Amino acid sequence: MSEQNLFLVESSPQIRHRDSTSSIMWQVSIALMPAGIWGIWVFGIRSLLVIAVSIASAVGFEYLAARSMKRSTVSDGSAFLTGLLIGYNMPPLVPLFIPVAASAFAILVVKWAFGGLGANWMNPALAGRVFVFFSWTSGMNAWKLPRTIQAADGVSSATVLGSLKTLLMDFSGEASSAVGMLRYHEYPASAIGQQISSWFDRVMQMRISAYTVDLAVGNVPGSIGEVSAVLLIIGGIYLLAKNIITWEIPVTYILSFALLIWAFDGLRFGQGLFSGDAAFHVLSGGLMLGALFMATDMVTSPVTRKGMIVYGIGAGMLTFLIRVYGSLPEGVSMAIIIMNIFVPMINRYMQPKVYGTAARRGSA
Amino acid sequence: MNHELTKGIFRDNPIFVLLLGLCPALGVSSMVVNALGMGAGVIFVLLGSNIFVSLLKNFIPPKVRIPSYIVIIASFVTIVEMVMEAFMPSLFASLGVFVPLIVVNCIILGRAEAFASRNTLKNSVLDALGMGIGFTLGLSLIALVREFFGSGSITLFPVGNFDGVIRIPVLNNFPARILALAAGALLVMGLLKAFFNWLTDRKERVRI
Repeated sequence: MSEQNLFLVESSPQIRHRDSTSSIMWQVSIALMPAGIWGIWVFGIRSLLVIAVSIASAVGFEYLAARSMKRSTVSDGSAFLTGLLIGYNMPPLVPLFIPVAASAFAILVVKWAFGGLGANWMNPALAGRVFVFFSWTSGMNAWKLPRTIQAADGVSSATVLGSLKTLLMDFSGEASSAVGMLRYHEYPASAIGQQISSWFDRVMQMRISAYTVDLAVGNVPGSIGEVSAVLLIIGGIYLLAKNIITWEIPVTYILSFALLIWAFDGLRFGQGLFSGDAAFHVLSGGLMLGALFMATDMVTSPVTRKGMIVYGIGAGMLTFLIRVYGSLPEGVSMAIIIMNIFVPMINRYMQPKVYGTAARRGSA
Repeated sequence: MNHELTKGIFRDNPIFVLLLGLCPALGVSSMVVNALGMGAGVIFVLLGSNIFVSLLKNFIPPKVRIPSYIVIIASFVTIVEMVMEAFMPSLFASLGVFVPLIVVNCIILGRAEAFASRNTLKNSVLDALGMGIGFTLGLSLIALVREFFGSGSITLFPVGNFDGVIRIPVLNNFPARILALAAGALLVMGLLKAFFNWLTDRKERVRI
């Protein structure tokens, strides 16, 4: 905004705000930093390379697409953020052509085929991730154990949820919960996780499994940026404090998902209703990254509060259905892009009442 | 050349402009050879039904015209099905249920109703050929893109000691598998449609 523009009188609303597209994009990127630094530390320097390739290719494709439309949009930071999120969604040992393909699909097809930032109706980073996930499934399962877990060679480095899904395929009553299942099959847990878990048990009289602690801290195999739930929550709180995201989507998403898991997940282990391990599931997989940073994408989420609540609950239910009853282990990215498709409809039906009008029966 | 023949290929292309016959376009477009086989079947049925509908247009009472068209179309589809099963069993196996489903292919009934039932025999034949070729070209284009990226190969007919499969060097090892799945069919079709819309738009803008 130049000084001259300040005197321009436009039609209302005439409130001026410091936020611009690029300042929002950079603040979201800053909020994502702690979780990314953690991911790079536990999975090694190659993760940094994966993130760098994702960002560079996303920005590169953005530049090419914008140039072909005779526009210049690289400086708004949205392509940088898309690339960053794509990098965070990649497993640490992914072949490097995969993030490039994800960026190409995200920027060229999902974003620019519809007209660039603001016109895309699906989150580009997630669509890119899903595109490569179904195309190169083995490359997208190149997990690595974090450096905080000392394990003998040959120990499986599959993710917590991936292992759980595989183990449940020939489940024969060996355990009564998700945590019990992992313990029975000797899924590796970090030494720190075990210490914290036993400290909770001794001092606070709380039974929190070592796996749950590891999931919260980020001592588990997984995508580079999704493992540390605590650091992602810190980033989310920063965005909430800065008013860049609002509480409705993440809270309703996580809450509805946790309730459904608590109510029904026990059935998978031969237990009754209301015995699922909600904390375990909420902290695992990409839920925190998805709920706080991707479902809240301004372009692809509803605009009204009521709409946001519907959207959050819908995403929570779909994540639950895919994760528990579907064939995929996680389901966060699928749930969010499916809800993205519903956003125009939600926006149409969840409009606020116009001030001064009363609801009348039989009139729309 | 004749407008009735060329309109089906570009300006009124059944797949990308009229958006008719999308069910086979999505179902059998994962391999080029399937698309070509399907296209040949559709051209034959379309030609046969257009000829007969055009000849019989004055004898078919308007109230029962749709069932009559369906009977004509179904007869030709049965011929295609039997011939294909007898002489090209592998193609028949890979097309599966989509061969009998040619009966309900919207282009064929659509052309019978919208064109052949109110035009001369000559024009109906030209229309059928144009529409059939347009359908085959559209279907083959979708199949080409899907198979190229989704499987890293292009499957044609085997000739001599060439097995009919052209393998694309790098893509054959790392194909973008999603394009060979059902979602890829919709994706490729949508993108091609967007591309053709963009081309037409641009042409019109230039004219203005």
